[in-house]
Amino acid sequence: MKSGSNLERVIASGKMAVTAELGPPMSADPHEVIKKANILKGFCDAANITDCQTAVVRISSIAAAVIALREGLEPVMQMTCRDRNRIAMQADFLGAAALGIKNCLCIAGDHQMFSAAGKLKGHPGAKNVYDVDTCQLVGIMKKMRDEGLQQGGDKLEVAPKFFVGASWTPMGDPMDFRPYNLKKKVDAGADFIQTQGIYDMELFKAQMEKARNLGLLERTAMLAGIIVPKSAMMLKYMDSSVAGVTVPKSLIERMNKAKATAGDDKKKARELQEQEGIKITVELIQQALEIPGVKGVHIQAIEWETAMEPIVKAAGLYPRPTFPDA
Amino acid sequence: MIVGQQKPFDEIWEMVKGFKKVLVFGCNTCVAICHAGGGKEAEILTSLLRMKAAQEGVDMQVDNAAIERHCEPEFFEPLMEKVRTYDLVLSTACGVGVNFLADRIGAIPVYPGINTTFYGAVPEAGFFVELCGGCGNCVLHLTGGICPIVRCSKSLMNGPCGGTNNGKCEVSNETDCAWFLIVERMKKLGTLEKLFEVQPPRDWSTGTHGGPRRISVEHIRAFEEEEEKNAATEGR
Repeated sequence: MKSGSNLERVIASGKMAVTAELGPPMSADPHEVIKKANILKGFCDAANITDCQTAVVRISSIAAAVIALREGLEPVMQMTCRDRNRIAMQADFLGAAALGIKNCLCIAGDHQMFSAAGKLKGHPGAKNVYDVDTCQLVGIMKKMRDEGLQQGGDKLEVAPKFFVGASWTPMGDPMDFRPYNLKKKVDAGADFIQTQGIYDMELFKAQMEKARNLGLLERTAMLAGIIVPKSAMMLKYMDSSVAGVTVPKSLIERMNKAKATAGDDKKKARELQEQEGIKITVELIQQALEIPGVKGVHIQAIEWETAMEPIVKAAGLYPRPTFPDA
Repeated sequence: MIVGQQKPFDEIWEMVKGFKKVLVFGCNTCVAICHAGGGKEAEILTSLLRMKAAQEGVDMQVDNAAIERHCEPEFFEPLMEKVRTYDLVLSTACGVGVNFLADRIGAIPVYPGINTTFYGAVPEAGFFVELCGGCGNCVLHLTGGICPIVRCSKSLMNGPCGGTNNGKCEVSNETDCAWFLIVERMKKLGTLEKLFEVQPPRDWSTGTHGGPRRISVEHIRAFEEEEEKNAATEGR
């Protein structure tokens, strides 16, 4: 075991892993994190704690991860390259490890311009860091864990033992380069990969085939990302505006149909779309788990954590494995 | 070349309005090419300041001058005596020029008339693009001649992030994704495999993160010293 985290144990046991997502609030109140942690607990092996997603200031990933851990939910602390240099990152790794965090996902992070893309003022004038990129950050974590060395070469008395993750956008362009992009992250030391949300399973299958041919799927645990669709509008938006996400027309049609069935009843339209969204998610999970090399799913029920229970149960992924000495 | 843009006129007026004798001082190299601060622009700005001063009833003498370059001492020599008769120099040179003059002029303020913006090129008249970040540690041989430091919004060194959308950057759909361009270019060159190697964390101390930078070309300095010595000996 590299880290001994629950997520690592599930993957090592050969069972399909399930990770979820927990977005910290724009608030100093811990209760939102506590509430979400208790909803997710039991329905995933670990939950990603996002690191100021869309560049919006929220409870820091490390702090929210500790709150989740206290509630009995294993966190995957996300760390973006946007906000910290290698000094701050490594200091946070030591701190996070000292606080009991065992998984970390390295990502580039949304550009700070995103913070003002919606209704918020955000901080589009902030200075970003990008001292290191995702591949380099993965390499730093591996070096700390396996060699007990900081990036600069200084020794660590006690090394932080993380299960190291990275993200992958298999359908981002340039698409033919994406398998190599994955290879670089695996070469750098990524123990697990969580993908961008996938709706087009055929396309994903083709990219996975390329990853398999590069010998990557024996070297890293691939968790297919599924973003739970809530409405036809959300699917259309994801298709048109979210980088690296394509949504087959048939799925949008299904959601449209669910919406239309409700007629003018807005509440019912919402409920029917949510039901259809859960159904679609379960189907996508089952399709993803059949692809050779897939070791689990990363289910993102964004601001809809209660969807996890019915999804995980319907997908036959419940109960989650437990380990006696964990 | 260095590309800049004239500051908004109102901002310039706020800077200069308290001075009695102002010299608008242009530079005829980079900033002239980008229509920001050459002799012509300095002249136009002078007219605008005179008009504004008249409108506001402010007693102010505004003149203009320009030299070929604001980054080498000899270009200033013929004009320095005159420059020192003003109580403000509004420089429309790049920031290098403002600094260089401020270091030499004595107790006269030098204010910037332009915002120095980037190292760029002119793909078409009136259009300027940033192409180099002056990072002090060039990697263009690894990236098909396309700079990931300054053309990628995140200065990524190991390939595109997840934000590439139809070849465009997540920051703006008018901005090309540098890594999309790099991958396409490397394919064309038949050297895509160069991108497969993980690039380690960079040493940024060669850039602006290592404190102010200096380059000393020793043989040129030695030669100059020798010349001076010879001149002195001959003179004796």
